[in-house]
Amino acid sequence: MIEAERLSKVFHDKKRGEVRAVNDVSFICKPGQIYGLLGANGAGKTTTLRMLATILEPTSGTARVAGFDLLKDPENVRANVGFLSTATALYGRLTAQEMVEYFGRLYGLDDPTIERRINEIFTRLEMNDFRNRRCDKLSTGMKQKVSIARTLVHDPPVMIFDEPTIGLDVMAARTIVQFIRECRDHGKTVIFSTHVMSEVEKLCDQIGIIHGGILLAEGTLADLRQRYSLHDLEDIFVRIVEPHMLMEAVGS
Amino acid sequence: MKLRNIWIVYRKELRDSLRDRRTLIAMVVVPILIMPLISIGVGTLMAKIMGEAKKEIPRVMILGGEDSPKTQEALESYKEITAERGSADYVQLISDKKVRAAVEIPPDFDAAMARGEQLTVKIYDYEGDLKSGVAAEKLEKFFNDLSTRTVQERLAAKNLPATLIKPFELKTQNVAPPEKVSGAVLGGFIPYFVIILSLTGAMYPAIDLTAGEKERGTIETILCSRVSRTHLVLGKFFMVLTASLTTAILAMISMGGSFKVAKRILAGMAGGADNPLQFSIGIKAILAVFLMALPITVFFSAALLAIALLAKSYKEAQSYISPLMIVVILPAIAGMLPGTELSGRLSLIPVLNTTLVCKEIVSGTYHWHQIGIIFLSTCVYAAAALFIAVKQFNREDVLFRT
Repeated sequence: MIEAERLSKVFHDKKRGEVRAVNDVSFICKPGQIYGLLGANGAGKTTTLRMLATILEPTSGTARVAGFDLLKDPENVRANVGFLSTATALYGRLTAQEMVEYFGRLYGLDDPTIERRINEIFTRLEMNDFRNRRCDKLSTGMKQKVSIARTLVHDPPVMIFDEPTIGLDVMAARTIVQFIRECRDHGKTVIFSTHVMSEVEKLCDQIGIIHGGILLAEGTLADLRQRYSLHDLEDIFVRIVEPHMLMEAVGS
Repeated sequence: MKLRNIWIVYRKELRDSLRDRRTLIAMVVVPILIMPLISIGVGTLMAKIMGEAKKEIPRVMILGGEDSPKTQEALESYKEITAERGSADYVQLISDKKVRAAVEIPPDFDAAMARGEQLTVKIYDYEGDLKSGVAAEKLEKFFNDLSTRTVQERLAAKNLPATLIKPFELKTQNVAPPEKVSGAVLGGFIPYFVIILSLTGAMYPAIDLTAGEKERGTIETILCSRVSRTHLVLGKFFMVLTASLTTAILAMISMGGSFKVAKRILAGMAGGADNPLQFSIGIKAILAVFLMALPITVFFSAALLAIALLAKSYKEAQSYISPLMIVVILPAIAGMLPGTELSGRLSLIPVLNTTLVCKEIVSGTYHWHQIGIIFLSTCVYAAAALFIAVKQFNREDVLFRT
C-alpha cells in the first residue's frame, strides 16, 4: 500500500529561483492494483516517484509505503520497495549474477536465500544463459531483465516504475509491461509513471493525471471517460491539462 | 548490520575497480614502473654522462705563454688534455663547445716564477656545462701540481723540509650513518613520490565511484537500495583508501628494490666512490614513513571523493581534480628543496609537513614531538575531509545536479 499525503517538493534553481516540482500531491495505491501516473515531461512524475522511493526527501507532506513512513523510517521503506526506471542503470563491470547478488546482500538477505531467489528469478526470466556475462556486454533486452531481477531479489511488496519503457524497442518494452502485470497478479502494490497513453489503457487500474506538479484528476479509466464524456484517453488528458497550460502561458 | 553494509559496498567497489583498466594502471602499474625508471634509468644515464665527461680528453686553448716555453711544453705534453694554440675568439669557441676551456699564461711567466714573483694564471670555462667544468678542473689540477712542485724545489734548494709549508695533514671523516648521508640527498624525493603516487592512486577510483556512477546512471540504482548513504560513502571511501595505500606500498617496495639494483649497476660503472646511491634506508624508517603517509592517504581519499562527487561526469571531475594535483605537488616540491626545514608553523601545513617530517625520518632524525603534532594535525584534516565527503553524499543538489 502507498498513501501519499500532500507531498510537495521545492527545488532551488539559480536561474529560475524556487521551483515547485510537486505540489500537494495525495493519492492512495492499493495492493493488487496498478496506479498509473500520467503526465507530460516535467510534470513532476519522476520527482513524486523518487520521493516515494526515498531517493529525494519531500519538502513537505509525507507518505506511508508498506506501512512505513518516508520521513521517519526511510530504510524500511527502501527494504519494501523495488524501484525501476531507465535511469537505474547496471554496473557494467559486474556480471548479471554479481549485480543481483550485490543488491540481495544490501537488502540483508543471507547467501542461501540469495542463491534460491536468483535461481528462481533467472529461470523465470530465462536469464541462465547470460548469468555470468558482464552487464556491459549484454543487449538492451538482457539488461532490462537484469534490472527486473535486481528489483525482485528481495521480493518487495511495493513496486515503483518510473517511465520504465522509455527508449526501449518493442520487445524489451513488452518484457517490462508483462513484468508489471505479473507484479499486480502477485498482489504487489504497483505505481508507474508514463506519458504513453496506450500503456496506461492496457495496464492501469487507477490513473492520476499530473501537470505542473499538481494532481489534476484521478480515477479509473471508466470514471474518467464518464466524467469528461470522452472515450480516448489522449483526448481526456488534453481536456484536463490544456486549461492549465493556457494559464501558464498567460502567466509567463 | 551497519558494518556489514559498509563491507558489502567495499567488496563490490573493490571487485568493480579491479576490473577497471585506468584504476589498475594508476594503482599497480605506475608505482611499480616509475621507481625503477627514475632510479635505474635516470641514475644510469647520469652516471653514463658523468663517466663520458671524465673519460673525454678535452680540447683546451693556451692563450699567451710564447715566452714561457717550459710551462707551454709541459701543458702540451699533459696527457689529460689536448692543448692547442690560442686565438682571439676563444670565448666564442668555448660557447660553441669547440674547445672546452682556455688558460691564459701571463707574459714572462717562467722567468717570473724563477725570480719568485707571483703572477695570476686565468682559466676560462663555461659555467654550468659539465664537460667545460671537467676541462677546467684538469687545468686547475695541472697548475696546482706545478705550484706544489715549484714550492718543493724552492724548499729543497734552501735545504728546508717540505713540512715547513705544510706542518700538518687535514682529513675530514664522516661520522653520520649511511642513511643520514642518503637522507640529505634522497630524503626529499622519497616522501615526495610516495605522496604524489598515493594521490594518483586514489584519483581514478574516487572519480569512478562518484562522477563515474552519475555518468553511467548507477547512482540512482544504488540510492534506491536499502543501504544508507553514510554506509555507501564509507564503503566507497575504504575502496579509494585501499587504492591509495596500495599505490603507496607498491611505490615503496618498488623503490627499495630498484634502488638496490641501481646501486649495484652504478657501483660497477662508477667504481663505487662517486656512487650517488651509496646509502641505505632502515626498515624502521620505511615503517615510519608509511605510518606518516597513512593519515594523508585518508585525507586524499576523502577529499577526492568529496570533490569528484560535485561533478556530473568523469571529464568534469578530472577538470576539478587537476588543479588539486598542483596544490598538492607545490608543497611536496617545497618540502623536497634542500633548504626547507621543519618549523612550528610549517608542521601545520598539510602535505608539506608530512613531506618534511618524512625527509627527517629517512635521514635518521626522529623529533617525536613534531612527528606527533604532524600525525595528529593530518588526522584532523583527514577526519574533516571525510566528514565533508559524508555530508556531500547526503545532499540531493550534489547527487542530482542537473
